[in-house]
Amino acid sequence: MSLDEIKIGGMGASRRRVEDNRFIRGKGNYVDDVVLPGMLHMEILRSPLAHARIKSIDVSAAWAIPGVRLVLTGEMMAARNLAWMPTLSYDTQAVLATDKVRFQGQEVACVIADDPYIAKDGCEAIVVEYEPLKPIVNPMQALAPGAPLIRDDKENQKDNVVFDWQVGDKAATDKAFASADKVSKLELHYPRSHPSPIETCGSIADFDRSTSKLTVYMTTQAPHIIRAAVALVAELPEHMIRIISPDLGGGFGNKVPVYPGYVMSILASILLEKPVKWIEDKTGNLISTGFGRDVYLKGELALRKDGKILAVRMHTDSDHGAFFSDAQPSKFKIGLMHSAFACYDIPAAHLTARGVYTNKAPGGVAYRCSFRVTEAMFFQERMVQAAADDLGIDQAEFRRVNLVHDDDFPHRTAFGFLTDSGQYAKCLDIGLEAIGYKDFLKQKEEAKKRGRLLGIGISTMTEPLGAGNSREYDILGIKMFDSAELRVHMTGKAILRTGAKSQGQGHETTWAQIVAHELGIPADDIVVEEGDTDTAPFGMGTYASRSTPVAGAAVAMVSRKIRAKARKIAAHLLEVSEEDVEWELGRFYVRSAPTRGVTIQDCAFAAYTNMPDGLEPGLENVSYYDPPNLTWPFACYIATVEVDPQTGVWDVLKVVAVDDCGVRINPMIVEGQIMGGLTEAYAMASMQFITFDSEGNCVGSNYMDYLLPTAWETPGFELHEVVTPCPHHPIGAKGIGECATVGGPAAFVNAVMDAVKDTGVRNIDMPLLPDRVYEALTTKKDISGFPPVKTDA
Amino acid sequence: MYPSRFNYESPKTIEEAIALLTKGNGEAKILAGGMSLIPMMKLRFASPEMLVDINNIPNLNYHRVDADGTFHIGALCRHSDLEKSSILAQHQPTLAATAPLVADPIVRNRGTFVGSVCHADPQGDWASAMIALDGMIVAQGPKGRRTIAVRDFVTGPFQNVLASNEIAIEAIIPATTGTRFGGYLKLERRIGDFATAGVAVALELSGSSVIRAGIGLTGVGSSTVNATDAAQSLVGSPLTSEAIERAADLAAQAAQPRSDHRGSAAYKKQVVRTFVARILTEINSTKTKAA
Repeated sequence: MSLDEIKIGGMGASRRRVEDNRFIRGKGNYVDDVVLPGMLHMEILRSPLAHARIKSIDVSAAWAIPGVRLVLTGEMMAARNLAWMPTLSYDTQAVLATDKVRFQGQEVACVIADDPYIAKDGCEAIVVEYEPLKPIVNPMQALAPGAPLIRDDKENQKDNVVFDWQVGDKAATDKAFASADKVSKLELHYPRSHPSPIETCGSIADFDRSTSKLTVYMTTQAPHIIRAAVALVAELPEHMIRIISPDLGGGFGNKVPVYPGYVMSILASILLEKPVKWIEDKTGNLISTGFGRDVYLKGELALRKDGKILAVRMHTDSDHGAFFSDAQPSKFKIGLMHSAFACYDIPAAHLTARGVYTNKAPGGVAYRCSFRVTEAMFFQERMVQAAADDLGIDQAEFRRVNLVHDDDFPHRTAFGFLTDSGQYAKCLDIGLEAIGYKDFLKQKEEAKKRGRLLGIGISTMTEPLGAGNSREYDILGIKMFDSAELRVHMTGKAILRTGAKSQGQGHETTWAQIVAHELGIPADDIVVEEGDTDTAPFGMGTYASRSTPVAGAAVAMVSRKIRAKARKIAAHLLEVSEEDVEWELGRFYVRSAPTRGVTIQDCAFAAYTNMPDGLEPGLENVSYYDPPNLTWPFACYIATVEVDPQTGVWDVLKVVAVDDCGVRINPMIVEGQIMGGLTEAYAMASMQFITFDSEGNCVGSNYMDYLLPTAWETPGFELHEVVTPCPHHPIGAKGIGECATVGGPAAFVNAVMDAVKDTGVRNIDMPLLPDRVYEALTTKKDISGFPPVKTDA
Repeated sequence: MYPSRFNYESPKTIEEAIALLTKGNGEAKILAGGMSLIPMMKLRFASPEMLVDINNIPNLNYHRVDADGTFHIGALCRHSDLEKSSILAQHQPTLAATAPLVADPIVRNRGTFVGSVCHADPQGDWASAMIALDGMIVAQGPKGRRTIAVRDFVTGPFQNVLASNEIAIEAIIPATTGTRFGGYLKLERRIGDFATAGVAVALELSGSSVIRAGIGLTGVGSSTVNATDAAQSLVGSPLTSEAIERAADLAAQAAQPRSDHRGSAAYKKQVVRTFVARILTEINSTKTKAA
């Protein structure tokens, strides 16, 4: 009899997260928990100015403090050819500033001391003389004629443009616009935000002169990429570098880039021959490490009067800060922005994208996002709602007219992606039903008569998750495949290692469920390990919702390799030929005599004790998986809100989410991902942004100013599901980690815009802080652009 | 957190604490709840040479009402003690409305009422309530005790009249002759955020007539704003809708907000106007229901 898959913790089991056992007991092992003998502590001195020439740095007072072991400046780094490092986007980034500082919070010097207090005292004792330069705080200033050149360190850089890039068919798009009944235009800004994991970045570098081995404990979502980067930058042999990424307290894209602090701790350890620990403080994390978003859009839709979208035209200006350090596939300069409108059947599309340098911290990390997909889907869904309103067509109906039909797959999007599966209209219908769409519209009209403002917002989208396939996706030339290695021990227990790196996703739980599904070994009998480059197979790490689509597929494939070998052993044990052996979960049996069988555990034991002639002993294997395509989950998010006309405060009445991420490995974890994503979506829509004043000072350098929502503000979410298996993924799964963060913000913003649309206001840029909503209501004008820091001056 | 080096003292009596403050000669800070001081030390905005931790001094954690109706709050009474207090709910509607809106639950568990008033942050909630209630602070120094009205106690942003060797040992809200009504509303971007604007209203009614009124405004001036004209306009008449509107307008006029990332000055005045009107309207309807 076949095993009950749910009972053994296989696919579909809402198995409790095994990692939580140690996390909720305070027994997690984060980088800051690691203590090595003789360890020293590093602290970074950061620039108070956004743009300034460094005239001098006097470190003598820092050296004079007892307990200070080393003070590093840009000059000392330059002497070792380490003042600059390459970024993941073929740019360079200063490790320690030599010529000038280019953003507030940039690393200027660091102090290594016996304890962190002394290191901090040492930083305070350093005297830096700056000559202030005019700061550039947005793309408009950066592109203005005569703007000061930020990257004067680069030989051929004559302006502040990072790239000028385009995709799509310009001629076909122009033609469609020329024949349109109506053109709907919208200008939007997706504000700069910070992934802000609760654990900041940090590293402990431990260089052992006697063995020449460098071990680095590091907060990284992609340890193997870091090993490669260290090998190339520090010119150390790769086999002598071991990167260990222990438990991570969140990542959200923030822990993908290589940060100067890592490099400094490594150099300090090599120079001092002692372990050197660097733990960034919260302000350091918020002002200097990878931001997300900060993109301005000019969007246009060519429309036929019956609601059909004929073409889309987009232009983006993205603010990358002082160094272009986006972690993204090298082929695409503005990530996967051109995945916009993938769920709609649109004949023509054209996107132009320009990236600019500004005096802000490097931006453009994929904050819970598959490379700019968050901006793409937000722009898409805001443009869709504005277009529906411009045509006077119901926003749900407008979507229904344009969504790709179930029988149109595979569908080539106007920008060239291939979507392969989905039931878009079904998801929309479930969402409309759950929110009570028709009743709400009536309720809204009734409320209006009493001066109350209700609104409903919809967001439907499919997004490309799971980079890559190796033809199109690489980072610094390294192809975006992933890996899994499975060892089944003699007693049928197993250890699984992958090239991914969980930072909250629950891999220790879900990977074991995939193995359980493929082999019938109970999930509790499988231990999962990630993050140590000396033991894990090479992989590209965890971000962009790629773990389940890529590494998860590798887990299934390696399990199948194990099963294939176990089948040979089973045939040997059952004394029949391999062709006569059948499989059911956890057991091989003789086709003609189903009661005669052996379990997978029997086969494991025999692999070490009684293997057939000519078969290698042992039961272990490794798989490298290169997916044929991205996975395309679909989501429909709908929110209803009420806006207070006297204060601009808006309350969320109800949120409905319908997610189709294909087959769900662990429904509980999927639901947790959706709720977390919706919380971040609500945060972006309502409060969360990092702004800068005209001097380039970061307003948002702590959690009093950078607002993360708490349980008090966060609305409840009602979740629904549709399952359309991914046709190419071995277990039919699609990515889900980021869907709600990506698709959610537009639902909230669309709802508020729906509530205020009688005033003629078409757009309020995020975040929809009450004062901005009130201003729009009273002035009846759009509120666009970055929320400025208002001053009375 | 890695603050600058400091000495830590933990006196067992108020007198001992005063002696330590005297010795500290202006470079010592009192640690009660620490909810503002500790973050400032973390950022090294504050680098006191000495911390005088008063948490081990007995008999400072209390709040009580005297037979005559005078209300006392001791120096170590936490926000959460007040939030959960039935005595407060029964006797002090303005404070009872304020308590659950102070900061967030974590800060409320640790932070103290008196410490918050002493900190004199223009965005502090309690100071507005105390101004509306004509509250007082009792300070003890080497020469004994003195009582200071909160409106005189706060002299500017983060400034009060305490000498460097004086300790605020309790807060007092005077007794009333009429029936107390009150409310507190605040607009914050997120729980625990400082107020974009906040309004505290304290009324005493005799029958339907207002016999005393106080309105304190949070976050709309360089220190807590005492909206005396608005309050005065309510005294001597019932809470008609015209009276409510007039008071709301006068309170908005009294507000002197600055435009910043929490909103424009005009917007903050609008919030003050709206909140004053809402609290007074709510009081009016509660009063009508009670009668």
